Amino acid sequence: MRTVIARQIRMELVLTARRGEAVVLAMGVPLLVLLGAGLTHATNLPTDDRLGFVVPGVLALTVMSTAFTGQAITTGYERSYGVLKRLGASPLTRPGLLLAKTAAVLVQIVFQVLFLGLVGVVVGWRPELSHLLPAAGVTVLAAAGYSGLALLLASVLKPETTTGAATLIYVLMLSVGGIMFAAPDLGTAGWFLLPLAAHAEALRDTLSGGGSIPLSIWLALGAWAVVWLTAAARKFRWE
Amino acid sequence: MEAIEVTGLRKTYQGREAVAGIDLVVARGEIFALLGPNGAGKTTTVEILEGHRRRNGGDVRVLGEDPGTAGRSWRSRIGIVLQDADDAADLTVTEMVRHVAGFYPEPRTADEVIELVGLTAKKTSKIRTLSGGQRRRVDVALGIVGRPELLFLDEPTTGFDPEARRQFWDLIRTLAGDGTTILLTTHYLDEAEALADRLAVLAGGQIVAEGTPATLGGRAAAGAKVSWQEGDRTRTEQLADPTELLRKLVADGADLRTLTVTRPTLEDTYLTLIGARK
Ligand SMILES: Nc1ncnc2c1ncn2[C@@H]1O[C@H](COP(=O)(O)OP(=O)(O)OP(=O)(O)O)[C@@H](O)[C@H]1O
Ligand SMILES: [Mg+2]
Repeated sequence: MRTVIARQIRMELVLTARRGEAVVLAMGVPLLVLLGAGLTHATNLPTDDRLGFVVPGVLALTVMSTAFTGQAITTGYERSYGVLKRLGASPLTRPGLLLAKTAAVLVQIVFQVLFLGLVGVVVGWRPELSHLLPAAGVTVLAAAGYSGLALLLASVLKPETTTGAATLIYVLMLSVGGIMFAAPDLGTAGWFLLPLAAHAEALRDTLSGGGSIPLSIWLALGAWAVVWLTAAARKFRWE
Repeated sequence: MEAIEVTGLRKTYQGREAVAGIDLVVARGEIFALLGPNGAGKTTTVEILEGHRRRNGGDVRVLGEDPGTAGRSWRSRIGIVLQDADDAADLTVTEMVRHVAGFYPEPRTADEVIELVGLTAKKTSKIRTLSGGQRRRVDVALGIVGRPELLFLDEPTTGFDPEARRQFWDLIRTLAGDGTTILLTTHYLDEAEALADRLAVLAGGQIVAEGTPATLGGRAAAGAKVSWQEGDRTRTEQLADPTELLRKLVADGADLRTLTVTRPTLEDTYLTLIGARK
């Protein structure tokens, strides 16, 4: 089973590399937000440390864009093109495919986050590298949750609908997710409703603030990961 | 143990019964063909046997296991060529075959299967740039790459040119010669006749006839139609056994250059069976 999943992860990465332009383009919006909101006073932020607020938010946004929007759209089309059905005819199992897709997205995220993080450093962001580990931990949880939701949507909706829904959710999250502006204050419940805001806050607390992540954020992102991956594993269809 | 044992298989879609109680046994090493008009329930049946669709009722054993619950090791013992696995993947033929080969414990090599399906000249082409018939051959390659004990082929030769079809028949005979059990659906009656040890005709979700290509639907007992020319008149007789008539014609010195003796083709039998149901 392990080698089957490892092979599938490799294949997912090969396919990702083949649409490299899309992967690079996917960083366009985060990059614009980083430079626009980070370096100018175009938006109102709840702090004077603009980069310390914006860069972690942009990293969180990238994770969502890749693990959720990109994943949902690609998988939706793969399903309608029969790519998945063909894999379903092989000994690759459903959980195996979901795992491979999630892992491949994580690899992609590592590269994107490194790149955007570096851009951030170049323009003046100074992250607390000693707090990298918890930051990476919440990022894995966030990506797993997004990926689960993406795979679920891609397998119950038509590909065009998936694309529409994934884009809509992306834009909604971008506007209220506390990336360019402060997030609406919904208290702890907010973390459960707005994973992007929770993830961005966690990255700010650690990387920009050098502090620890509130338990409620761990719980919120953990819950997202468990709920959506489980739902996807149950509902996922090859065709 | 039989390769496939099915009793009382049922499947409904939104309350409409697509498979209405099928019994089927396919022995190990056998080539079994499933015939039937569009919408008869062939794909539904085959995909249930492959573990791709859930059934609403009935007992199904494939290689001794229930396909609805069988695990990965069972799946690595079967090969599947789906009816509509059209795939626009951004991969070359070799990449795709090699990738899927890696899922099986003892696969054939990619080069070997690509050669077997006659795609060697196209092995470095992207699958989405292939013609329809060539893509279909990729499907077949993927179906056999894992050295399956049991191979499911749902209209495998749709889109094949006549030469490719003959090559495919040879391939199927070779596989069967090596002991592979094969369940195939087709709309080509010559294909069924050329390949199948046994066949069944499915119509409206039920099996309306089952037998060998020679005996299906009472074909062997259907007798023969003899016709010949007498002066400028064409005479035709339908007989259970034409022996006596032929002997008489020879004795009487009839003009044998115009003599034909025809028995119903598999296609005739099939059309009669399907027509009788309507
Ligand atoms: N996913 C589905 N949802 C609803 N109805 C379906 C579905 N799949 C098949 N059917 C219906 O079930 C019946 C049998 O379909 P099936 O695909 O098994 O036929 P078939 O014998 O394979 O036909 P063909 O020769 O055209 O491939 C048809 O009436 C079809 O409309
Ligand atoms: Mg069919």
